[in-house]
Amino acid sequence: MGHSMKRKEDARFIQGKGHYVDDIKLPGMLYMDIVRSPYAYAKIKNIDTEAALKVPGVVAVVTGRDLEKYNLHWMPTLMSDTQMVLPTDTVMYQAQEVAAVIATSRYAARDGREAVLVEYEPMKPVMDPYKSLLPNAPVLRPDKPGKTDNHIWHWEVGDKEKTEAVFAKAEVVVKQDMYIPRIHVASIETCGCVADYDKVNNHLTMYMTTQAPHAIRTVIALVAGHVGLTEEKIRVISPDLGGGFGGKVPVYPGYVIAIAVSFLVGAPVKWIEDRSENLQADSFARDYHITAEMAGTKDGKILATRFKVLADHGYTDASANPSKFPTGLFSIGTGSYDYGTAYMEADAVYTNKPPGGVAYRCSFRVTEAVHAIERITDRFALEVGKDPAELRMQNFIKKEDFPWKSPTGWTYDSGDYHAGLKKAMDAIDYAGLRKEQAEKRAKGELMGIGISTFTEIVGAGPSKDFDILGIKMFDSAEIRVHPTGKAIARFGTKSQGQGHETTYAQIIAEELGIPAEHIQVEEGDTDTAPYGLGTYASRSTPTAGAAAAMAARKLRDKARKIAAYLLEVSEADLEWEPGKFFVKGAPEKVKTIQEIVFAAYTNHPQGMEAGFEATHYYDPPNLTFPSGAYICVVDVDKETGGINVRRFVAIDDCGHIINPMIVQGQVHGGLTQGIAPAMYEELIYDEAGNILNGTLMDYLVPTAVESPSWETGHVVTPSPHHPIGAKGVGESPTVGAPPAIANAIVDALSPYGITHLDIPITPFKVWKALKEKGAI
Amino acid sequence: MLKQITVTVNGAQHTAEVEPRLLLVHLIREVLNLTGTHIGCDTSSCGACTILLDGKSVKSCTILAVQANGKSVTTIEGMIQNGELHPLQEGFKENHALQCGFCTPGMIMRATELLANNPNPTEEEIRWGISGNLCRCTGYNNIVKAIEYAGAKMRGEEPASTEPQFV
Ligand code: FES
Ligand code: FES
Repeated sequence: MGHSMKRKEDARFIQGKGHYVDDIKLPGMLYMDIVRSPYAYAKIKNIDTEAALKVPGVVAVVTGRDLEKYNLHWMPTLMSDTQMVLPTDTVMYQAQEVAAVIATSRYAARDGREAVLVEYEPMKPVMDPYKSLLPNAPVLRPDKPGKTDNHIWHWEVGDKEKTEAVFAKAEVVVKQDMYIPRIHVASIETCGCVADYDKVNNHLTMYMTTQAPHAIRTVIALVAGHVGLTEEKIRVISPDLGGGFGGKVPVYPGYVIAIAVSFLVGAPVKWIEDRSENLQADSFARDYHITAEMAGTKDGKILATRFKVLADHGYTDASANPSKFPTGLFSIGTGSYDYGTAYMEADAVYTNKPPGGVAYRCSFRVTEAVHAIERITDRFALEVGKDPAELRMQNFIKKEDFPWKSPTGWTYDSGDYHAGLKKAMDAIDYAGLRKEQAEKRAKGELMGIGISTFTEIVGAGPSKDFDILGIKMFDSAEIRVHPTGKAIARFGTKSQGQGHETTYAQIIAEELGIPAEHIQVEEGDTDTAPYGLGTYASRSTPTAGAAAAMAARKLRDKARKIAAYLLEVSEADLEWEPGKFFVKGAPEKVKTIQEIVFAAYTNHPQGMEAGFEATHYYDPPNLTFPSGAYICVVDVDKETGGINVRRFVAIDDCGHIINPMIVQGQVHGGLTQGIAPAMYEELIYDEAGNILNGTLMDYLVPTAVESPSWETGHVVTPSPHHPIGAKGVGESPTVGAPPAIANAIVDALSPYGITHLDIPITPFKVWKALKEKGAI
Repeated sequence: MLKQITVTVNGAQHTAEVEPRLLLVHLIREVLNLTGTHIGCDTSSCGACTILLDGKSVKSCTILAVQANGKSVTTIEGMIQNGELHPLQEGFKENHALQCGFCTPGMIMRATELLANNPNPTEEEIRWGISGNLCRCTGYNNIVKAIEYAGAKMRGEEPASTEPQFV
């Protein structure tokens, strides 16, 4: 394990000197506020801006008709669908942007917003994805040529016939419908930007909350190239981000409107959404209706699985998935178990809800897949009467079988699932808990133990298969070492709190022997950083972290040449120890990395390029497959349905660990974002299309009181194909925790014949289920 | 109808002409340019904007600047004294109690009052004490540790190890 170096970035944050987008103030800056639709589906009859334009301080009001003149009223989504920037005729979901008000202050912009009068003709929205597919449903996207229904795409993977054959003959088949509800990531900083268009130089500087600044620059050029904003004229700066978790990957209409307005008005324009706008209109996650089935033998051997999904994508397909993967990496859903056959299919539909799909600690639909496999595995264990831990141990892929080929085509890199689960069971005293549970059950008390043993898939991805809008999903690092041996390193990724300034410095320090304190890490400025696809879906360490190691190794090769020259020996005679080369057998003949770097500028060998810098674009040969074994203990109050998470042990395998403190922090935070959808969070809509909990007062983000005291640990199986064996960890806990919690609660209720509850499992749901079963 | 107010912020007196509807958080951030105090919501739910008003922790998005007239405000920028970090600032850094840092100033200001009222709080008291402040990144374990660390330091005791503990 690496070293728990304290974070380099913290000094500014603890002193209130972070630099977030809303902290930016430019001379002459205007403020933008957005008029949003109160209806989920309506025709716009008229937009009256007269009164708004009279409000003191209001400079302009922009509508879809205004943008239409420049052909800027539509934009592409990351999934090659299309999305309105501002509507000209129809609104498609509640809180959709309808018009923008620009004013000299934040307050004047809000006054102006209140004064814009929009006349709507409401229509009956389609809120249920199943009803959306009915023949009598209105066609929601007539703007798409030839579209006659609301079906977006069909996807499938695996061997359908073989799977059917196994199911037909199997001794035991279990089946469970489950809904993984729509949730919102609600990073504590909302989204926003300052668009600063300089007319004289025809240059745009875009300060914005984005996790993928380079990709965004390309998207802006694609959208606005026709009005002269070509890619070299655009600089995207992503300052400190107050959390991202995938919510800051998409291009929201607000950004585009701000750019358009700055372009038209010729002044910098700030747009900062408020929390309710953020919850109601920005990218959601999940909204998967899944039917999961498992076939097996009476003694608990898993033989096959079959998943069927209906995906509610809202008004447009704007998930930020790799382009060739409409369901993201859902096909990881065969899990950690060794069986030969699986079949999965999914259909996506349009409804009158906001677009999005994967923005909750990203995960490219791995969370949905893991929930399905871990829940159905528990159902199967219950059916055959086996302890869920024992059944998992029985079916795990064995350590010696890696690399392991999954029935859906993935090659798992490494893992030791038996060791992980054993460690978790020992840490929590599994046997003792089962004993306690039996005693409690005898007294009629409800206690449950839930397990989730998941396999993740991250580090997208190999360029053969992975791209976003055609851009391959490599990532990059550039290291420049200054003459005095201090370095600056720049990356195509963008931290939102993950601590890249520390972790990347540590990787380079480990490879080059320059102390991490002397390595300055920079990200987020497209003018200075090398091109990369950004930070989401736990890809930073697997891609940019690897790029850092590779770039550092290029420098080490150069250092060896210089050292050989300085010590007047051949390269083969040199030995490397972090920070220095010395002559084999004569350790007193040594050159430190600092001496070598100085020589690269002052005394380099003839014929060698001067300077000491390297860049690497890392194209991963495979994805990485982190895994985890999570066990959760709950006590349920029979009378109220109240659930107390008594203990939660998480054992993760994220390969080689660079900074254990940072990794643990990621796991803690991810676990809280796991308990959140398991017990608290869901975006709820009524039939008329109204969001019922679109503020932080009713959308329940867990506080320190709801969060248990997490217990974490590791097993380590380094990724064999990653330069330093790391796998990535950010999303693992969010993926793994919800089924552990759901399984624990269902386990507590199982004596009363309850075999499944959909998340979020609230006290009311528990109480209702107990009531229905006559338990209370 | 601007109103003149005088507010002492981090020890320095400021006089400003403000609209009566101006929120205190906007006075702090936009008039005084102290951007360490953040805004995370519009319903007084998140606590990112927490400051001390005459020593009491207050969500500065929830009161008007005119209500602070004649009062004393402490923001995160005022926590460093004579170049020394406040034990809470140190505790947050040493215990990895922040990730994106957006909730941090509010958490630290809230914890300041918590420790002033209760110098040796239990874990449960800390958790309830910061339950008006949301953090989306850390899962709270390390925030609790950081506040315990600062409490110990302020009581003149040796704080617990800041090394991460694993099972
Ligand atoms: S900004 Fe959220 S409580 Fe003040
Ligand atoms: S550190 Fe990001 S919200 Fe708390």
